[in-house]
Amino acid sequence: MAVSVDEAVSAGPTPDRPPPARRVRRRGHGRSVLEVVLLTVLAVVMLFPVLWMIETSIKENRDVYAVPAEFFGFTVTLDHFRDVFVGADGGRSALSVAFLNSVVVAGVSTVLATVLGVPAAWAYSRFTLKAKKDQLFFILSTRFMPPVVVVVPIFLMYRQVGLIDSKLGLILIYAAFNVPFTIWMMKGFVDEVPAEYEDAAMLDGYSRLQAFGKFTLPLLVPGIAATAVFALIFSWNEFVFAIFLTSSDDVRTAPPAIAGLIGGTTVDWGLVAAASVVFALPVLVFAYLVRRHLVAGVTLGAVRR
Amino acid sequence: MAGIEVSALHKRYPDGTVAVEHVDLSIGDGELFVMLGPSGCGKTTTLRAIAGLERQTSGDIRIGDTLVNDLPPAERDIAMVFQFYALYPHLKTRDNLAFPLRAEGLPKHEVQARVGEAARLMRLGPLLDRRPRQLSGGEQQRVALARALVRRPRAFLMDEPLTNLDAELRADMRTEIKHLQGELGATMVYVTHDQVEAMSLGHRIAILNKGRVEQIGTPLEVYDRPASLFCAAFIGSPPMNLIEVEVADGKLRGQGGLVLTPPPGLPRDRPLVAGVRPEALEVTAPGADRSVPARVVSAEWLGDEIIYVVDHSGGRDVRVRMPPTVRFAADAQVGLRHTGGTPAVYDVRTEELVA
Ligand SMILES: Nc1ncnc2c1ncn2[C@@H]1O[C@H](COP(=O)(O)OP(=O)(O)OP(=O)(O)O)[C@@H](O)[C@H]1O
Ligand SMILES: [Mg+2]
Repeated sequence: MAVSVDEAVSAGPTPDRPPPARRVRRRGHGRSVLEVVLLTVLAVVMLFPVLWMIETSIKENRDVYAVPAEFFGFTVTLDHFRDVFVGADGGRSALSVAFLNSVVVAGVSTVLATVLGVPAAWAYSRFTLKAKKDQLFFILSTRFMPPVVVVVPIFLMYRQVGLIDSKLGLILIYAAFNVPFTIWMMKGFVDEVPAEYEDAAMLDGYSRLQAFGKFTLPLLVPGIAATAVFALIFSWNEFVFAIFLTSSDDVRTAPPAIAGLIGGTTVDWGLVAAASVVFALPVLVFAYLVRRHLVAGVTLGAVRR
Repeated sequence: MAGIEVSALHKRYPDGTVAVEHVDLSIGDGELFVMLGPSGCGKTTTLRAIAGLERQTSGDIRIGDTLVNDLPPAERDIAMVFQFYALYPHLKTRDNLAFPLRAEGLPKHEVQARVGEAARLMRLGPLLDRRPRQLSGGEQQRVALARALVRRPRAFLMDEPLTNLDAELRADMRTEIKHLQGELGATMVYVTHDQVEAMSLGHRIAILNKGRVEQIGTPLEVYDRPASLFCAAFIGSPPMNLIEVEVADGKLRGQGGLVLTPPPGLPRDRPLVAGVRPEALEVTAPGADRSVPARVVSAEWLGDEIIYVVDHSGGRDVRVRMPPTVRFAADAQVGLRHTGGTPAVYDVRTEELVA
């Protein structure tokens, strides 16, 4: 996943900002042979597992184990994809429930982080506060530790307040992890929008909040989109909290659910691969849709400094 | 239009910076009032407090007869032009102009009429359908001015509106603003750190330093009799020569032997400094009448004038403004004499004008 996002971020320069010199040189003189070779190697290394996953998802299970491995000419089947969504009894499968949970948890937590983080970023950017730097550092410091370090205390806390094994619990912890990130990233975008827009709007008859909503916010949309995509990807891919804090099938999100398929006496690799493909698709599509926003300049060119 | 009264304004930012120490201003109805001062002296902060964009820590602000301390900017009925023009990037010139009027909820035909009028005043006709990014800096600034005009506010506040323009355009816009202000009889507070702008625009000038007002006066008063050593060193380029003087035999005598006419009422008991404009001195041939011996240290040819830096025995180097026809080589032995009237005299300790 990370690969696709990185690519989306660095794709295509915006017309407003001169692209970095590095890119100009590439465009101007063509890529050197060495660059092409290195990029090809990188692409193969990065893409091979993805390709293999896709192949496995459409192979019959006996072909999966074939030695030597078959790249072409195996029988194509979509059974695994059916199994992802339809359970053995003909009803909904546990995996499809997990996917739905993932959608709800990632979506709601991202919305929550954005709704809380964007106004906070605006406030940090616009107002003079006591110990602003320290506050911002503190906010960021909550992200210094990887989830696995804090998961045990959080588990205990959640058990006390009854948030264990609930979607709300996951939503809250993901939002808590994404708010600092949103504040930091959005503050950069807000800093780019001159405060004079809001000043002018306030003199024109708007309140401070109206001025923010009517002028600054529209200019922030590209930044918000980019930030939300990163938050969404974090929540969508998150594994550690999900596996520690949830257990029942109707709460679990996709990552632990897919991981749960591995283990036991036999592993249905076809199903694992198909589930992984289905799991990877939404984020790919989403990142592709907002790729323009991921790189778009924030202001529209009226800035003269 | 309305006058503006600022009394005992003090502003301290939450991080502890005191931006405005103590400012009293009384700006008349229809006056073009300039605030001049070095960077960081609190000009912008004062202006933003008048606009209501910044809440003062203490002090009162009145616009017309209204005490506006607690009014939000929207209700103060003033327009502000920023150094960065703050035109809405997604709106065409026409809509940028109409914007404040629509915000007020004026009927459509009224909006159109006022936009038309402002566009005519600022000659924006051909630019009405362009967006800000399709305008040059000067054009953007004209749109910004027009945007301030359409509302017919009670006062205009301008924060270094010409800083981003090149020199020639700046001179043009200066004339334009002055003309416009006169025509509308508008109350205008104009902030700048450019003394030429201040001198040429202002009916009166307030010189600010470190959050305090050093002097308020007409451009002429400010130039002729700077109220403090700070003002003396700030106004004029090159600024006044500050010459240490003593009172003896009814004359002011500088260390280098220069003799100046003393103004009446000089105190005798403290060290004094006389402020002498470069054009009040003259470089002469050595030994000329009433001159003291001196030596040319360097000369700056500016085309229409020459600035000589002159060393006269023992005194500090002084700068002398001469017409370009009078030429002396560097290191030449010359004479130096005072040709102006009575100089401004300052107390060295209080740094203030004493006579
Ligand atoms: N929001 C703020 N928070 C803290 N300090 C500030 C803030 N705005 C300005 N200051 C400080 O207050 C002082 C006065 O600032 P101000 O912007 O009023 O100066 P100025 O006279 O307009 O200067 P310039 O000519 O550079 O625009 C400066 O020392 C500045 O650093
Ligand atoms: Mg300023």
